Amino acid sequence: MYHYDDFDQAFVDARVAQFRDQVDRRLAGDLTEEQFRPHRLMNGLYLQLHAYMLRVAIPYGTLDARQMRKLAEIARVYDRGYGHFTTRQNIQYNWPALKDTPDILAELASVEMHAIQTSGNCIRNVTADHFAGVAHDEIADPRPYAEILRQWSSLHPEFSFLPRKFKIAVNGATHDRAVIQAHDIGLQVVRNEGGEIGFAVYVGGGLGRTPFVGRKVRAFLPERDLLGYVEAILRVYNLEGRRDNKYKARIKILMHEKTLETLKGEIEAEFEARDRALLDLPPEEVARVAAFFAPPALELKKPVSDRVERRRDKDARFASFLAANVTPHKAPGHVVVTVSLKPIGAPPGDCSADQMDAVADLAEDYSHGEIRVSHEQNLILPHVALGDLPAVYDRLASVGLATPNAGQISDIIACPGLDYCALATARSIPVAERIAQKFGDGAKARAIGPLKVKISGCINACGHHHVGHIGILGLERAGEETYQITLGGSGDENAAIGQIVGPGFSYENVVEAVETIVETYMGLRADASETFLDAFRRVGLAPFKEALYERSAGSDI
Amino acid sequence: MPDIITANRLADGVVVFQTAESTWSEDFNDAEVLPDAAATKAASARAAEDAARNLVVDVYAVAVETRNGHVVPKALREAIRAAGPTVRRDLGKQAQGLGPRSAPIAVGDA
Repeated sequence: MYHYDDFDQAFVDARVAQFRDQVDRRLAGDLTEEQFRPHRLMNGLYLQLHAYMLRVAIPYGTLDARQMRKLAEIARVYDRGYGHFTTRQNIQYNWPALKDTPDILAELASVEMHAIQTSGNCIRNVTADHFAGVAHDEIADPRPYAEILRQWSSLHPEFSFLPRKFKIAVNGATHDRAVIQAHDIGLQVVRNEGGEIGFAVYVGGGLGRTPFVGRKVRAFLPERDLLGYVEAILRVYNLEGRRDNKYKARIKILMHEKTLETLKGEIEAEFEARDRALLDLPPEEVARVAAFFAPPALELKKPVSDRVERRRDKDARFASFLAANVTPHKAPGHVVVTVSLKPIGAPPGDCSADQMDAVADLAEDYSHGEIRVSHEQNLILPHVALGDLPAVYDRLASVGLATPNAGQISDIIACPGLDYCALATARSIPVAERIAQKFGDGAKARAIGPLKVKISGCINACGHHHVGHIGILGLERAGEETYQITLGGSGDENAAIGQIVGPGFSYENVVEAVETIVETYMGLRADASETFLDAFRRVGLAPFKEALYERSAGSDI
Repeated sequence: MPDIITANRLADGVVVFQTAESTWSEDFNDAEVLPDAAATKAASARAAEDAARNLVVDVYAVAVETRNGHVVPKALREAIRAAGPTVRRDLGKQAQGLGPRSAPIAVGDA
């Protein structure tokens, strides 16, 4: 993984010193809240419903054991013993004190971490496929490009005051696990006919109040043009994006208002006018950065382990874990382990300090020190030898992290919602907990098959509900929480925005509505191999509408 | 409609409530209940002075009502803010006995 050079370290250390001075001046009364707010936000410090909240960047979701232990230590010393992994591969602490944040940032800097670009109208933390570097279907590791974009965009003076925040995601495999089409810029690594690496470029995706799937503006952008082209997109957006209305300020609205062809023409013109000497990406620089992400030397092993097979035969829960949470690694005899942060009945994405330490220990003992964070709010041990699985499983189970539900109905994405967030209009975590309790992580969930439920507690859509196979949006109506359900959304290479099924449901009835949807799917699927999404694409909304609103008592709104 | 005045303490972000003595308390039950708009206006002005003195931030008035003999925030958002996360009863004011005295907000049927 990437390691700071002297410049990076000096840059982050200087930033900590600046923020320490700013906090001192604020506490001494030399800065007003109005003056101070932009500084704290640029360091990831929000004021939320109960307290301050610190959002720490985990660039493209990659971290090592040492960094995870530091996150645990911060949770224990400065917070309430836990952290919350987010849908942007970051971690949030929900209870830090302002006076402690310079010390927290100094602790983070000591392990090459920071909270820059986790807030504000800048280019946010760049996200990537959480299986980067290990996936079978990978064209190239997306992280070197994400890291290059991170270095280029960090405190970029031209792009620190954009009309609105700006999110970039990079995917390097044929299957999109990074939801790139829901980002302001989505970069899909591709190869051209000559075998050269480049990018298919998507622009104008985004969720929130007005969801759009990104549109392709380039089928093949050569690698060397990465920064030049991204800069051209940002220049057009910075100049023309609306600043009069924050709800219409994202590039997706600009694209919608100008049309794809017009915006594309402007981007291309800006790209032609670029400073080639400054922005063309030298292959040797790509190679230098890529070297940091070289896979560990994995000993070649047999693709079948007797130890694993014996355990599978006698332990049904271990067998479930193998089926749901273990993915083949591109190196034979190795696997990728998804550590579910979705124990049944607990807040999705929450992880205690002790659990963080346990994952750090496991990473060191069994995964070459590496850990990933997924946008689905789970952790990944990317390089586990197949034969070590029983030991890894047992240790995960001992700290409550062996829930065998990855990709299933109880592996729910949920934003913090009204339990923590100052912007939320309804709770999302307890809805996720109740759905997970209803379906569990056993035979019932397995019979349903792959099903992505995503829940947001307000229209800003941090819970990605628009791209959930079943999406749930919590709103407030006449003082009551109400939940709007969308069906058929998808965040992969066949991205789609879910369709609203009908009037919303109360907090009490929303879980029952999900149950009705699932039962309807089970009743109409061609066979067990037809997933919920496939079945929905075949039959559309009608059978679900009928089941929800005609056969049953219907919506209570 | 009666109000109380709330804010976050600057240095640590803890949710606080304005008392009848114009001090700030971490205990919701110490909040001065302001019976009418004139009282809310006067209390808000005092609170704004404390914000200007950098004691608190994000000062605002919260509508309250009496339920089963207890003063509680009317809106769910404010009830959660005054008590703590409904999904973590061990955190926030509810964990310290500083939340509203009414029954906790229901989490669900599960």
